[in-house]
Amino acid sequence: MNWSFFHKLGSPKWFFEISGRWLPWFTAAGVLLLLVGSVWGLFFAPQDYQQGNSFRIIYIHVPAAFVAQSCYIMLAVAGIVGLVWRMKLAHVALKCAAPIGAWMTFIALVTGAIWGKPTWGTYWVWDARLTSMLILLFLYFGIIALGQAISNRETSAKATAVLAIVGVVNIPIIKYSVDWWNTLHQPATFKITEKPAMPVEMWLPLLLMVLGFYALFTVSLLMRMRVEILRRENRTRWAREAMEKML
Amino acid sequence: MHPQRKKRLSLILLALVGIGIAVALALSALQQNINLFYTPSEIATGHAPIDTRIRAGGLVVDGSLERSRDSLDVRFKVGDGAEEVLVAFSGILPDLFREGQGIVALGKLDENRMLVADEVLAKHDEEYMPPEVAQAMDKVNQMKLDASSAASPEAK
Repeated sequence: MNWSFFHKLGSPKWFFEISGRWLPWFTAAGVLLLLVGSVWGLFFAPQDYQQGNSFRIIYIHVPAAFVAQSCYIMLAVAGIVGLVWRMKLAHVALKCAAPIGAWMTFIALVTGAIWGKPTWGTYWVWDARLTSMLILLFLYFGIIALGQAISNRETSAKATAVLAIVGVVNIPIIKYSVDWWNTLHQPATFKITEKPAMPVEMWLPLLLMVLGFYALFTVSLLMRMRVEILRRENRTRWAREAMEKML
Repeated sequence: MHPQRKKRLSLILLALVGIGIAVALALSALQQNINLFYTPSEIATGHAPIDTRIRAGGLVVDGSLERSRDSLDVRFKVGDGAEEVLVAFSGILPDLFREGQGIVALGKLDENRMLVADEVLAKHDEEYMPPEVAQAMDKVNQMKLDASSAASPEAK
């Protein structure tokens, strides 16, 4: 296997250049996907036979929940890479992705509560899915707070990496909570092994929204990481030149 | 891989496996507390405590719903295929409430194992479909039913 890609990731300069080339593409794809997906999902997709129009919040809720969990897995992978290979870029990625993941979790929780009131009859119930998702939000808060509380950059990177790795056990719990315990939250509509329990004119816009949310996540992560890299490398010549070019 | 990195990586993975096992043990010990509701079978076999607030969950049994004429009182049965529990409730039911729908009722069991509920929540399943499809499916089911009853009139 060719590992040169992986080793190049260790160079902030290389990452800054390549991410600058990727950004416009991800931005364009994200805007297009979110625009088409939301207009299609909110205006043209058919109503649900039981919930009517209120089911349309799925087009925000499900993508946000997907990205919230994927983002946490990414934090844990970045934590492992940072601890094992001592790669500084991994710590930058971990630090920059945590607030985005926290926002996604928050969006998923809030949209779920808004949907829950008319459908279930309550905003919140302490079932396994909702509670494990709330724990995910607190894990994100913990990682953000721990990173801010320790002023030494090395120590703070190690501490947040350990917390991110430990917290990853929560991800399978979120995923399988609806199968392991009886919960108010329904089981997954989309399974890898089965056909979705939803007609194609409903799930196609949802797929666009999910891809759009991933593109949005990538764009905001790259932008945050580029700023953080410039801040850390501001003594080097290439970083100064890059900043001058922006002005 | 560098031996030192290999050591660090295996240490992290080992720690992760250890944490995973610890959490799995804790969760399986808490199994009953994490479950949101008791099923009618569990209530019938006496697993559910009497005189404390519990949740009972299951499907509303077809034809079991009785509404009071002059108040919001309702009575219905919740079943899981094997057992049924009678639920009494006074208040506004959620929009999705109907016979055959999954629900969760919060309340106390009385001495006759009737659940006196003060909150009823509707449980939504993972199926989504447009109203026309649902109507078409109802029609098909009805036609199948008619065909089978026409084929064997004495069975009715």
